Amino acid sequence: MSRLHIECEINGEDAEFLCDTDESLLDALRDEVGLTGAKEGCGTGDCGACSIILNGNLICACLAFAPEAQGSVIETVEGMANEEQLHPLQTAFLEHAALQCGICTPGFLIASKSLLERNPDPTETEVRYAIAGNLCRCTGYDKIVRAILVAAKEMKQNPMKGAKS
Amino acid sequence: MIKVLLGSNLKNFTNGVEEIELEASSVKSLITEMDRRYPGIADALESGFALAIDGEVIANPGYEKLADVSEVRFLSPLQGG
Amino acid sequence: MSVVTKENSAKQSYKYVGTRPVRHDGLEKVNGKARFAADITKPRMIHGLVLRSPHAHAKILSIDTTEAEAMPGVKAVVSASDFPLPKKDEGFPHRSKNLIARDKVRYEGQAVAAVAATTRRQAREAAAKIIVNYQELPNVMTIDEAMAEDATLVHENLITKGSDSKTAKPSNIAERDFYERGDIDVGFAEADFVYEHEFTTESLHQGYIEPHACLADTGKDGRSEIWCSSQGHFMVRSATANMLGWETSRIKVVPAEIGGGFGGKTTIYLEPLAVKLSEKADRPVKMVMSRDEVFKATGPTAGTKIRVKIGAKKSGEITAGKAWLAYQSGAFPGPWGMVGGWCVFACYNIPNVQIEAFEIILNRPVSIPYRAPSAPMAAYPTETVLDQIAKEIDMDPIDLRLLNAVKEGDVQLGDFGGKYPRIGIKETLEAIKNHPNYKIPLAPNQGRGIATGYWFNIAESSSATINLSEDGRAVVMTGSPDIGGSRVSMAIMAAEVIGIDVKLIQPVVGDTETVGFTDVTEGSRATYATGIAVVNAAKKIVSKLRERASIMWECNLEDVEWVDGRAIHKDGKESPMSITEITAKAKKTGGPLNAIGSLETKGQGPAFSTQLCDLEVDPETGKVTILRYTTAQDAGTAIHPSYVEGQMQGGVVQGIGMALNEEYIYNQKGILENPGFLDYRMPVASDLPMIDTVIVEVPNPKHPYGVRGVGEVGIVPPLAAVANAIHDAIGVRLREAPMSPVKVLKALNQKNGKN
Repeated sequence: MSRLHIECEINGEDAEFLCDTDESLLDALRDEVGLTGAKEGCGTGDCGACSIILNGNLICACLAFAPEAQGSVIETVEGMANEEQLHPLQTAFLEHAALQCGICTPGFLIASKSLLERNPDPTETEVRYAIAGNLCRCTGYDKIVRAILVAAKEMKQNPMKGAKS
Repeated sequence: MIKVLLGSNLKNFTNGVEEIELEASSVKSLITEMDRRYPGIADALESGFALAIDGEVIANPGYEKLADVSEVRFLSPLQGG
Repeated sequence: MSVVTKENSAKQSYKYVGTRPVRHDGLEKVNGKARFAADITKPRMIHGLVLRSPHAHAKILSIDTTEAEAMPGVKAVVSASDFPLPKKDEGFPHRSKNLIARDKVRYEGQAVAAVAATTRRQAREAAAKIIVNYQELPNVMTIDEAMAEDATLVHENLITKGSDSKTAKPSNIAERDFYERGDIDVGFAEADFVYEHEFTTESLHQGYIEPHACLADTGKDGRSEIWCSSQGHFMVRSATANMLGWETSRIKVVPAEIGGGFGGKTTIYLEPLAVKLSEKADRPVKMVMSRDEVFKATGPTAGTKIRVKIGAKKSGEITAGKAWLAYQSGAFPGPWGMVGGWCVFACYNIPNVQIEAFEIILNRPVSIPYRAPSAPMAAYPTETVLDQIAKEIDMDPIDLRLLNAVKEGDVQLGDFGGKYPRIGIKETLEAIKNHPNYKIPLAPNQGRGIATGYWFNIAESSSATINLSEDGRAVVMTGSPDIGGSRVSMAIMAAEVIGIDVKLIQPVVGDTETVGFTDVTEGSRATYATGIAVVNAAKKIVSKLRERASIMWECNLEDVEWVDGRAIHKDGKESPMSITEITAKAKKTGGPLNAIGSLETKGQGPAFSTQLCDLEVDPETGKVTILRYTTAQDAGTAIHPSYVEGQMQGGVVQGIGMALNEEYIYNQKGILENPGFLDYRMPVASDLPMIDTVIVEVPNPKHPYGVRGVGEVGIVPPLAAVANAIHDAIGVRLREAPMSPVKVLKALNQKNGKN
């Protein structure tokens, strides 16, 4: 079976890779492109560890086929920081100890980035429902929710500096 | 004299006796004396045991000296998660 | 809200201990660069896959791998014949019989063979061509089935340990433990109230988000390098070597970052298979479990059936306690019933006690530790009955517990023995009693529940190496895989001793060839035991620094003091010298400045947690919503309070999952029906409120900074706290966990006379 050649934009840069027709986008990102930030926790779209943003939409990369990436714009955790600074969510997660083992962290960062792009001033309840698709087994979610609320406040006061796609 | 409490797992070697008294200056000599009275007990302990010496738990005992000790209790190996 | 309360006499002022620096490994965890085992690759790497039993109980009549071996891309195939049984299993007994099935499969999903091929697809297609002839046998899936007189035997020759070996016949009861203190008949006779109830819990999983994964690279020199996700790489080395019949020197294990463990990664499943496949294929072999495999074939925790009988006087004084406990061990025996017996009455000083505990074998995967293993199920009955007693005599449930709580010097129950050292149970009870959340008024269908939990904590061996750089920085290397942020705590403790900023210290987790032997990160031991090793090494470094200063100042060693990271001349004859000035001249004063601390530790002391749960029950659907949750736990001294809070909160939420939703559901054929996160329902963010924490600090005298292990006990009280709160809300006592909406509704309907 011959492989498909896919061209797309990942984290603001042109990217290309080869994939099988039935390969998941998660596997393509991890194995073909070398971006291992997104993780496979379940392979069935239930844990959110593979969360990425595809054409502005928050998705589980394990539920998308790699060929769907053709001509698309993809954002992963590796692209959240820019040359100037970490994303305020990344800083808030670190400062508020919103991670313990860290395996779910890329997924939460992407999911909360997507939330704040749609809703820059969420309530605690809105945050909890927006990240309900991301499982964390270590933290009990308390510090994650606090970090997201802190980052939201920070982003309203100090919009992120530096180039973004 | 040291009071030695054996626990339910070792009493198969002692015909049901769970508490004995003996003199010993170290864990090693205590086990030797126990094996003299109840042959086979030293081998059974090879697979692992812990001790409470006068209430203090020792997870991997073997060569501790027993000076001024009144009670030694045999425990099963400890495990966490 | 988070609060730290300190015992007055123990108020110490530390410079770094108790602060909240950003963890050193934090950046790579938020930018996607941290390398977990599944992220590791090597050139020419191929992929391994396990073929697993579709049956819960069956004889293996034959295995034919010839067709599989001929499939495209296949480089190696292994089965039981590649792993002759070692004389003695290292660590967990029966591990080598569990990791790959031999004459029989004893649970659905047990490994039968493994294949390595160039792509994962080729490995899948080849595994499907392995022909296994099974003869299905009747299965045993519940405690009742397993303990029945005529039960099918999972092991034909298993004699109950602790029974009279001369008369006993084989059964599915692997062990019986019995403990008595005082006279329970007298004790119950003295009581004004006696309650006796039976409780059940189901088997459930640690639920770590990262599936087991490893990469093994076996070379022609007979050595193998393994990268893996594990709570203990020295254990991986010895267990893998043992199963292969190799010397440990042939194996090097490098710990990748680990994506959660909670006890579920304190043993091995894939590594020997990967090493052998790599040896046969002469290629590095990567093996990653699917979520399905994790649920079916790793180590869930035991389901239980526990009967307790507790007697108390009108005053609230408990006079007698009797417990009968049966724990599901899975296909091979463990110590879980016995451990449950240690924990069931551990919080209370009861004069007359009888505990009988059983270890039950069934056709289920082998139980291994899950955060304070056996303790939550054992606390559930006791804490629920105590709540009943409190309601009966109209006593505050916290006061009832304060009246009966164990204290320093009391003898611990069960075979565990030992006397309680300095402990913080009373302080945790008082912290909840004085917490503002305890006074918040409740609305209809809302209820409040209290529960206290115990965990003994373990200590064991750790090593730490500290190396100073030429410019006065320190690398602190330990062998404790960091499952919750422990490495920053190691840096904090080293900083406190050496007197340099935490930021100038780099904590790393070494591999089996770079750091000294260290036991598994489990039993809440890392900050305690590895911390002691770090402090020992740091103190040696300080001695060496003083010695170098005395050489540079040409004075006596006794004239040099070490304060705040500087050498100070006692008589002021020299101006203070910084660590950097000393390390810069290290070559002139004797050479490199390094130190090792290594020891088998003890004196860890048990942990206690008291928790307060406020919830609301929807009487139409039976759904329980947690409104507020408060936990008070004695941490001894919180080295990094944020990570202590994190451990407390994480344990609580796992306990809430245990209480409300999580359970393994097997069908009649012994097939697991919910091996995925959709139907194995763990708590998500929208299920929960903030978890309020109170860190109580009653320093542990056996640790240089007073540390007491914190990782586990948080999971122990929630089962009972939730059950007691449900009773407070709607007047029904749920004695079967999980307390799912179906069960709540059924109990409510029964109470209201509807059916």
